[in-house]
Amino acid sequence: MNLGSIPAGMTRRHFVQHLAAASALALPAISFTESLRASAADLKKRHKSAILLWMSGGPATIDVWDLKPGAPTGGPFQPIATSGNEQISEHMPEMAKQMKHMAIIRSMSTREADHNRGRYYMHTGYVPNPNIEHPSYGSVIAHEMNEQSKNLNLEIPPFVSVGGGSVGPGFLGMTYAPFVVSPDGQVKDLKSSIGGQRMGERLQMLASLEKSFISQHSPGGDRTTAADDHAKILHKTVELMTSKQMEAFKISQEPKEVQERYGKTGFAKGCLMARRLVEQGVPFVEVDLGGWDTHANNFQSLSRTKLPELDKAMAALVGDLDERGLLQDTAIIWMGEFGRTPRINGQSGRDHWARSWSVVVGGAGMKGGIAVGKTSSDGGDVETEPYSSQDVMASVCKSLGISLATTFTSRNGRPMKIANSGKVIKELFV
Amino acid sequence: MANWHRARFAGWFAGVVVLSTAIGLLGANKSESESHPAKTLNLGKAPDYGIAEVALINEKIRQGWQGQGLTPSAPATDGEWCRRVFLDVLGRIPSVAELQTFLADTAVNKKAKLVDRILGDDYVEEYARNWTTLWTNILIGRSGGTEEKTLINRAGLQQSLRRAFQRDVTYNQLVYDLVSAKGVSRPGDEGFNGFVNFLAGNLTDDGVEATAKTSQIFLGIQVRCTQCHNHPFNEWKQNQFWSLNAFFRQTRALRRHEGGRMVTYVDLENEDFAGERVGDKSPDPKEAATFYELRNGKVEVAYPVFVDGTPLANRSGYIDEVDRRTELAKLIVKSDQMGKALVNRLWGHFLGYGFTKPVDDMGPHNAPTHPELLDALAKAFKASSYDMKQLIRWITLSEAYSLSSKFAGKNKKDDPTLGEKPAFTHFYLRQMRAEELYESLITATEAQKARGGYEAQAAAMSGWLKQFTIAFGTDDNEETTTFNGTIPQTLMMMNGDLVQRATSTDAGGFLHQIAADPKMNNAAKITHLYLAALARKPTSAEAGVANQVMIARKGNATEALQDVWWTLLNCNEFILNH
Repeated sequence: MNLGSIPAGMTRRHFVQHLAAASALALPAISFTESLRASAADLKKRHKSAILLWMSGGPATIDVWDLKPGAPTGGPFQPIATSGNEQISEHMPEMAKQMKHMAIIRSMSTREADHNRGRYYMHTGYVPNPNIEHPSYGSVIAHEMNEQSKNLNLEIPPFVSVGGGSVGPGFLGMTYAPFVVSPDGQVKDLKSSIGGQRMGERLQMLASLEKSFISQHSPGGDRTTAADDHAKILHKTVELMTSKQMEAFKISQEPKEVQERYGKTGFAKGCLMARRLVEQGVPFVEVDLGGWDTHANNFQSLSRTKLPELDKAMAALVGDLDERGLLQDTAIIWMGEFGRTPRINGQSGRDHWARSWSVVVGGAGMKGGIAVGKTSSDGGDVETEPYSSQDVMASVCKSLGISLATTFTSRNGRPMKIANSGKVIKELFV
Repeated sequence: MANWHRARFAGWFAGVVVLSTAIGLLGANKSESESHPAKTLNLGKAPDYGIAEVALINEKIRQGWQGQGLTPSAPATDGEWCRRVFLDVLGRIPSVAELQTFLADTAVNKKAKLVDRILGDDYVEEYARNWTTLWTNILIGRSGGTEEKTLINRAGLQQSLRRAFQRDVTYNQLVYDLVSAKGVSRPGDEGFNGFVNFLAGNLTDDGVEATAKTSQIFLGIQVRCTQCHNHPFNEWKQNQFWSLNAFFRQTRALRRHEGGRMVTYVDLENEDFAGERVGDKSPDPKEAATFYELRNGKVEVAYPVFVDGTPLANRSGYIDEVDRRTELAKLIVKSDQMGKALVNRLWGHFLGYGFTKPVDDMGPHNAPTHPELLDALAKAFKASSYDMKQLIRWITLSEAYSLSSKFAGKNKKDDPTLGEKPAFTHFYLRQMRAEELYESLITATEAQKARGGYEAQAAAMSGWLKQFTIAFGTDDNEETTTFNGTIPQTLMMMNGDLVQRATSTDAGGFLHQIAADPKMNNAAKITHLYLAALARKPTSAEAGVANQVMIARKGNATEALQDVWWTLLNCNEFILNH
């Protein structure tokens, strides 16, 4: 018996319990944590998800979504018309066809222009603070969608990050940590080389060792330690090893023409995987596309590599979700740490710039085909109401039906409002 | 205006102490007035092994407990302490033989003896290996030098670091060598100096990253944000960033090719620097000015000025008149902030939390938890001529380092994971680093005998580490790891190659040898595995379970041992330094 294959007619949880029941050891059944849930029927209900397309490095949004042709800061790219009311870069022809689904928020104005700080802020809505680790948006949404995940009998982690590290779960705990996978969909070391019964016995021994170390190190009450986290992740890992849902990672199972539609790059594969994971019910998927830190040769690297890669895969994702009827329930967010300077530096590059830049959102009922807000003629200032990371998150929450009254309690007992009290961007919901 | 800034900034080196002491007092007063009136704790004298600095640490840490009405956990067991000190000093858990030697020692000062031993001649190679690994990660990260188009020669940096740690150079010498390094990056070449690999990858974009990293790593001062604007939260100003940056402007990483287009090595040199041109005015090499832009578009001039406000007397950009980077290295090693930053870093390494969090972001905006101790230790470290082994000795022999990781006594609120400032009333649980796991598995399975030379070892580990390292690909060369207690790590521990090798039953391997050992009965074999993995014996209940496994495997002792060994390697008690 291989741990990777579940006998017919047996649910995965039932199977895991069987591992222990068949064992010769006089130990209680496997339970790393007390979070066993009742096995529910595999409901094919409508469900909400979000996909974050993370542009690591800080994309020059002035050359993608908010062009300034003719301005000294404008650069060589020309705008083109789209299926929506907004114009975008000539190097995004496929996305131009999909823009009726997407809104460009052109009045993003933030303060963090350092990669680490920007990454943290745009992922959490908070600036880094040495005394508290804030959960990333993926963790927050995974947490808020817990009920939905239960109803869908979701066995794979509720927050998957493809190709990038994302930001951790902070005080929400390791259950909501991003599950980082490579874009090829191969989850390393998933298969055990030993038989199910022996593995079951090992896991039984392991559970008892874990428990005793946890109880010796408990600070009491509901509080947990790194030892508890270890047990939770073990539990989750055993679930994965026996889950048929892992098929969702295998993009090679897609028809050839679908694979070709997205493209061959890592980001393309990640976008396709995101669609498959969303279909499976994963509430939050992040897909990483790096290489945007264009201090030198910005225009060359955008027009030759970055934008063609982005354009093909992102347009395929939006179109594919739409055709499958999933876009109405799936929010898409495109953003990076910050934008880049309107000023073009001596190496034909653009440097870090947070004061005026763009984020793109769409799906899950957010109004498409529009540009929200406006920057000045050289792109250096926001001329309308400025929006923040928190406002984007608040809008995404609204689109997913997550209440903005939701409040978390950090580990030190401090109440923290979801999306750090961000305000919904009204134009997206008219 | 500029003078005012300079004076104000120079003030904070001195001011940190006063200011943060005041903050510390305020904090203490507040908690006293809540529910814990300060009272004298009835603790026995903590052992100090006759070392004044250890006594000093114990005294200052205890003062903190008293101020907050905390009592410490009991001391860790000898096994726990031994495991901890091997992990933190040598980067691996102790072998069964090493553990048993320590446990069998009945001397009162057995801990001091062990620390002396692992800091001494017997372990010089392992000490150098571990601190080379640690410093390589600090200086260039886990991905530095592993990418395709890199200017960094990772093996080169490691070779120079390893030699420095083998020779036990002083910290000021190490810092000086790293900051002032000139020469060729690749081992074996004429003019080789592996230390150049610290800066080699950081010199594009006018040396912005060289400036930021040098300041952060050696002075504990984060300045990256201030390249574009005055920092909103700390005292740093934009002019200070560019004044520090001016020290790096003579430095060039000259790319050397052999045949093809790929850079095969780098020659890091200092060259004449004329200064930057502004408008149509030619630059004056005697001034070698650099310029930066304020947010409002105004352009300002910068000359070399150290972080404490000390300017270079001669601004010349001619290398035979002033070698700016060498001058910077001299200023850094003269600065008290250098020692303070290292004390903070090493305290964080051994205790799990530094006096500030993060350890490399110090300054009035981030007050240390124990300012007096930090200052006093920095002073003692300086007085020791920056002897890193002394500093390690003081910290590892301190009472704080000796305590159990269990909550006991009145210290449940001393939990930095709650956002509380650490009071060090117990040892904080933390996960092994990936490198520590790797080396520990090799030690535990006695696989070190079959290892190749240092470079082959480092390459093998580096290849294995790759699966956990994600570089962000940004100009700051930042990266993250998935060896962080999440699913990929657990899958590797349960099913991966490394653990499969460590739990192999092949003839001649670790488990096979134990299984075949006629001197040990089954119980002794199980005990041996517990000692090897967890530095303790099994409880009677655990021994009972292991016995059941023996029965379930129908007398196949090797398989039963394999099950127990796999389980031990996968448990929280193994992976957590505790």
